[in-house]
Amino acid sequence: MERIPILKMGKFLLVSIQVDMHDRLALTLQDELTARIVEENAKGVLIDISALEMVDSFIGRMLANIATMARILDAETVVVGMQPEVAITMVELGLSLPGVRTALNIEKGMEILNSLLQSETQDGTEGSET
Amino acid sequence: MEKAKTLYALLSGHQNEILRQWQKEQLAPGVLRSDLISPDELKQQMEDFLRYLVEAVKKDETEDMSSLEAWKEVRSFLTEISKTQAKKGFLPSETSMFIFSLKKPIFQLLQSYDTEDLEKFASDLWKVNTLLDQLGLLTMESYLKSKEEIIRRQQEEMLELSTPVVKIWEQVVAVPLIGTLDSARTQMVMENLLQEIVRVSATIAIIDITGVPTVDTLVAQHLFKTVSAARLMGAECVISGIRPQIAQTMVHLGVSFQDITTKATLAEAIKYAFSRVGYRISKGESTK
Repeated sequence: MERIPILKMGKFLLVSIQVDMHDRLALTLQDELTARIVEENAKGVLIDISALEMVDSFIGRMLANIATMARILDAETVVVGMQPEVAITMVELGLSLPGVRTALNIEKGMEILNSLLQSETQDGTEGSET
Repeated sequence: MEKAKTLYALLSGHQNEILRQWQKEQLAPGVLRSDLISPDELKQQMEDFLRYLVEAVKKDETEDMSSLEAWKEVRSFLTEISKTQAKKGFLPSETSMFIFSLKKPIFQLLQSYDTEDLEKFASDLWKVNTLLDQLGLLTMESYLKSKEEIIRRQQEEMLELSTPVVKIWEQVVAVPLIGTLDSARTQMVMENLLQEIVRVSATIAIIDITGVPTVDTLVAQHLFKTVSAARLMGAECVISGIRPQIAQTMVHLGVSFQDITTKATLAEAIKYAFSRVGYRISKGESTK
């Protein structure tokens, strides 16, 4: 069965979607990812969708769901590398992914996650650094 | 059929006479647009057209010309003339008069030859009339078509001209929007902006709407879409150049720019963008 690999990088999980998403695959990813977050005690999830050329409403909602689930499990989600066409489609579908952090590429996504982790560890001083 | 043949005989027999009369009409002062076309050129056009017309009448005598091969040359020639006239800046009436002024010489000709047989006169007159009317309409049609083509091309050019995405600094891009925003333009702006964001890997995009005359709910919605799409790609959007009147109308319309950073001027937006990416603007010595 086709599966999307979930890689561990320090305190973060890295998911790179390189194949065309279909509904079953999306649901499997959702299951596995939430399981891995708990298992690894991950603080952040980075989803790279730069290879994704098509997004339908189901996949869009799934991305939003994953982010919400991850937050409940105390992990921040950053979606990186969305293609312009995909972004336009998502907006037209009315899915602007509120509450999901986005970044242009993996490098910038990691920066965001790192700064989030730092501000969390400095919890004594409110950690309101942006 | 018999009568139609006579029409051809009549036309071909007096071709030069008709041409002379017709040219007199068209070259008369006040009618001839000497600023747009030279008399010689016009004469040549008329002569060519009349030759095609007589040929066509000879080939086919039926009134219904649209479906007939015989009229193809006349029609294409006429279409060509009308198109050039439209491009040169002739008025619609002047273009159609090219054909309609042909009525007078031909009617006069018919009058002087056919009056013996009233029935034939009427039928010939009807035939010529229908024919010239159809040709006249054809000139109008091609005239409008070429005008529309010009408009369409200009629209396309405007679309391309009006959506430049400029790189201000590393990681900062700006789109100065000028003119009214409609769906087609927003789409184009969005696509260009997003592509540019990827190309220069920008984290902040400034949308300057100083040049947008009015912002209604629809335009605001288009702006929101662009901002959301840019956000999905991982770039923050700043909207700048909102004029006082626009701010007022937007509040009255109930459009709120919550969750979107807005700045009054482009300068403010640039300052904000720089601070977001970690640059500081400071005044040094002037190099003047």
